[in-house]
Amino acid sequence: MTMMVNRTSAPAVRERSQGVGAGPGRRGRLAQWLFVAPAVLYMLVFFGYPLVRNVVMSFQDYTPATYFTGEAPFTGLENWWAVLTDELFASSLWHTLLFTVGSLVGQFTIGMALALFFSRRFPLSGVMRSLLLLPWLIPMVVAGTVWRRVLDQETGVVNEALQGLGVVSSAIPWLSSPDHALISVILVNIWIGIPFNMVILYGGLQEIPREVREAALLDGAGPFRAFFGVILPMMKPVVTVVLVLGFMSTVKILDLILALTNGGPAHATETLGTYTYQLSFLQLDFGQGAVVGNVLILISMVFAVIYLRANRDGLEERR
Amino acid sequence: MSALTAARPGRRRRGGTRGIDRAGAGSLVLGTVILVILLFPLYWMVNTALQPGTSAAELSWFPRTLDLGNFRRAWESQAGNLLTSLLVALGAVAVCLVVATPAAYALARFRLPGTRTVVFGTLITQMVPGIVVANALYNAYVELNLVNSYLGLILADASLGIPFTIVLLRAFMVSIPGEVVEAAMVDGAGRMRTLLRVVVPMSRNALITGGLFTFLFAWSDFLFALTLNTTDAVKPVTLGIYEYIGAHVGDWGAVMAVATLSSIPAAVLLVVAQKYVAAGISGGSIK
Repeated sequence: MTMMVNRTSAPAVRERSQGVGAGPGRRGRLAQWLFVAPAVLYMLVFFGYPLVRNVVMSFQDYTPATYFTGEAPFTGLENWWAVLTDELFASSLWHTLLFTVGSLVGQFTIGMALALFFSRRFPLSGVMRSLLLLPWLIPMVVAGTVWRRVLDQETGVVNEALQGLGVVSSAIPWLSSPDHALISVILVNIWIGIPFNMVILYGGLQEIPREVREAALLDGAGPFRAFFGVILPMMKPVVTVVLVLGFMSTVKILDLILALTNGGPAHATETLGTYTYQLSFLQLDFGQGAVVGNVLILISMVFAVIYLRANRDGLEERR
Repeated sequence: MSALTAARPGRRRRGGTRGIDRAGAGSLVLGTVILVILLFPLYWMVNTALQPGTSAAELSWFPRTLDLGNFRRAWESQAGNLLTSLLVALGAVAVCLVVATPAAYALARFRLPGTRTVVFGTLITQMVPGIVVANALYNAYVELNLVNSYLGLILADASLGIPFTIVLLRAFMVSIPGEVVEAAMVDGAGRMRTLLRVVVPMSRNALITGGLFTFLFAWSDFLFALTLNTTDAVKPVTLGIYEYIGAHVGDWGAVMAVATLSSIPAAVLLVVAQKYVAAGISGGSIK
């Protein structure tokens, strides 16, 4: 009953607070818009404009000479044709897929396991949780450099340890062989993403009432049944957010791969992100770079739509 | 269900005193093992930086004596770049807060038509890949003479924090009671004065969180530093370390010293501002 009263009176209070002084006449509205205008302008310049410009650029022929002559003639679908028929594009797309799926599966699984572990709340668990954030907070280039050191074939501590324990007989070329590089890069990215997944999933886990969790366990369902049957379904919104945000940041990754392998060896870790960089900033063919960039945006957009749809369905279900 | 909840307190207490010791100790040990494994690469970074040798065979698992030779070399080559990173990051924080605060306030309090569109727009920015932005921005910067400039990099880096900060601040400002704002307006303060005198002080924590994350985003930025600079005029430490490792292959001690120096802000903030870091991660991503 009290809930009802609150709910009906709340909007009234708010409306009144809007009304006093603000009295948004035409001038008032204009003044109000001035508060938002800089931010809107900023986002249009730094996010909207690049989206449009990339589409336009993908139909233009940029060469190193463009920066002297200022001319980038329109060439129709030439850039698109050149990129889409390039073998390197196909392999970059494939690597991006493997990298994204591999990273997300690893980050999510380990992050969820840690979130469950830390909700047991033991002494120092809070301190430990925040210390675990470090890999995620340091610059990605630094993380990549550190792992280059740790995974170095000759002087790295990982090979040293594996050989010392007799797990492998010869040093593994983690980052220097085309057969291993992509897996190594994925492993490093999993390491970087674990803290983020852990923190968000831990937060979601805390929102489930303790009674529900305990009841699920006491019902005689084993911990696995309790988790998959009760806890995971209740966490669906949080899980969706973690996976979609993870997808968006993973699919476009560039820093880490440049720091670890520069896309090599022999293009074994070339992804859509590094390929765009290659084309635009190393070959100065911004037109073809824009094509790959547009493909990257298209992929993100598909997932954004899936995300929004999932959210909407979720909201309707709750109603 | 009710029987369950009723039975709970007693059960818990009984299991409590005895259980926490054993189960808690077990968790503590397991937690420590997890921590050691996951943080080992960072430990190894510092360990390598503090020892003169390079190969794993030459290195001991713990630095026996403090050898600061690596840090001296790292500092000599990167001190300027660290300063650049600091200036750019602080500049980005300033730009971000100046742009985001009034916007968040307006989106939270004024019922502007289009509020939903703007909020939706801030979410959409998250799916625009940085390299796509850089691709177009570089060409615009060439035309505007902003390549190789502090201003250009600061403006680009601020864009990393603005959408996040708007979402974070708005979520906080919605919860400020209308009466408080109303009282200030009745007193004759204009909208801007109300924002600066009343709302900003009340939103202190959210502002710190937004500023802190923008600082970390800008400090960690590599993509814009790499693409919007063609000379050595503006070189943040992320770009510095990338070039340094290329030029000093094998000099792992010095490279790890640079890496350690560039990790300091993250480590310091984690210790000093832990509660803001936690608030930022959960607040910014879920709302």
